[in-house]
Amino acid sequence: MAFEVSIKKDFGEFRLDISFKNHGDRMGILGASGCGKSMTLKCIAGIEKPDQGRIVLNGRVLFDSKEKINVPPRKRNVGYMFQNYALFPTMTIEENIGTGIKRDKEKRNKIIQEQIEKFQLKGLEKRYPRQLSGGQQQRAALARIMAYNPEIIMLDEPFSALDAFLKDTLQQELFETLGHYPGDVIMVSHNRDEIFKFCDTLSVMDQGKVAAGGNTREVFKKPVNVISARLTGCKNISKIQKINSHELLAIDWGMKLKTTEEIDQDIEYVGIRAHRLLPGNTNERVNSMKVELVRYAEAPFEAAYLVKNAMEPDSKDIWWISAKKEFDSAAIAGLPKYLVLPPQELMLLQA
Amino acid sequence: MMDIIKNINWSPLFVSLKTGAAATIIAFFLGIFAARLVMRAGKKTKWILDGILTLPLVLPPTVAGFFLLLLFGLRRPFGSMLYEKFDIKIVQTWPGCVIAACVIALPLMYRNTRAAFEQVDVNMIYAARTLGMSERKIFWKIIVPIASPGIASGTVLAFARAMGEYGATSMLAGNILGKTQTIAVAIASQAAAGNYDVAGFWVVVIVLVSFTIVAALNIVSGSTSKNIRRWE
Repeated sequence: MAFEVSIKKDFGEFRLDISFKNHGDRMGILGASGCGKSMTLKCIAGIEKPDQGRIVLNGRVLFDSKEKINVPPRKRNVGYMFQNYALFPTMTIEENIGTGIKRDKEKRNKIIQEQIEKFQLKGLEKRYPRQLSGGQQQRAALARIMAYNPEIIMLDEPFSALDAFLKDTLQQELFETLGHYPGDVIMVSHNRDEIFKFCDTLSVMDQGKVAAGGNTREVFKKPVNVISARLTGCKNISKIQKINSHELLAIDWGMKLKTTEEIDQDIEYVGIRAHRLLPGNTNERVNSMKVELVRYAEAPFEAAYLVKNAMEPDSKDIWWISAKKEFDSAAIAGLPKYLVLPPQELMLLQA
Repeated sequence: MMDIIKNINWSPLFVSLKTGAAATIIAFFLGIFAARLVMRAGKKTKWILDGILTLPLVLPPTVAGFFLLLLFGLRRPFGSMLYEKFDIKIVQTWPGCVIAACVIALPLMYRNTRAAFEQVDVNMIYAARTLGMSERKIFWKIIVPIASPGIASGTVLAFARAMGEYGATSMLAGNILGKTQTIAVAIASQAAAGNYDVAGFWVVVIVLVSFTIVAALNIVSGSTSKNIRRWE
């Protein structure tokens, strides 16, 4: 199980230029909307034609601009789950699931029955898509893809159409079902939580290009550049000036920081996740910053403080998020005098 | 009143129904084809094609009749060629009725169908493609059913328009009782001859038929769209 993509497509003001490989893993593409994630899936599915490049799925060339190969989508054998599921509104769920099956009637009905059972759609066979809830529609769409028996499954923002309350359960369900699927799976999302939960490997996409890639945990743990840091949820990023091999000046925050890691020549930014700042009452600890509050927001389980360096009035804001211990007391009382940016938590980033 | 009904020659009703049916069948397929053709065409071609296809809707039908006479007239190159080579005569014949009605009804079919096609979520088509369906199958099994309320109303409107056609029909097909005299033509000629009772009878008939058509329109577009939720 493997696929390889290396394609270019020019849209005038926007250029898609990406390449990646996958070997049977569940792969994620993380990117902001409009970065070209969905376009990439469409190119793999054959819905859009790249200007140049090559797409190979399990040794089968689907597209090759040099050899003038462009297999039509219906012969690519790829499963594509659309953001809005794209169930055919004039067909029942049963008929929808049957559309991709190319077998005789008996075999076909058997496959439909199997999928209906597997995706807990029993009793809904004769219903029309609009009579189903969002979660049921998603299951039906997946059942339709599974019945088609594709070599690869591509999920385009699979949870964006669902309300938050349902999301967790449905995510779990979807991940379990796809866990048994032997082929490659690509999931495209702008939501880092979904990607983190589901994907073994990850490509971060920005403005039509792959900005970073690798093992999902690694990319989250140690993003190499500003865009991957930002997309994996790092709120605090500052431009730097290198002082020596283990010390830098964070220009936006107006303070010097010591690092555990050696600062390479190509490092231009430093970042720290909002959850990783530590409170302090004195400036004794290394990388302490005297803070003043700019804004404060309280969520059910955590409190987010937007603060700035009290010694530098022109410095940029920095987020600190701390888990709340109780609901009633005003958490604002919890803002300490100092915040510590622990050296081992600093992420050194390329531009 | 009973006298009129007893002595009435029913042929205009049958000519009208026959013409309407034949013209609608032709306009149905031509309209769907034209809608696809225009949607696929480049920007400029699209504009020109759409203009030509819509013109009969906005021009007086007599203008369409004039152009049809220019084309099919027996002393015109194309019309004389048809007559001499294939022994086909359009002017003053029933096929002439059908052609005139079809030209006038086509824009309604074409525009309704195109509007319905353009409403189809393109992801449906993409999904069908990735599920291995051929383009032909996608068109007839996915797109046409989704667009069916629009196509149905286009068809019914086209039928209504074809049945009631007067201007182009009277110019191209004339007024031959039992052959080309439709209800619309009959009303005009009976009224012109002062036979208001016969003209009035046909008026009643056409009002009833039209009302039935409107009812049918509401039923088809209501029933076919029940699986797609729409603005109410």
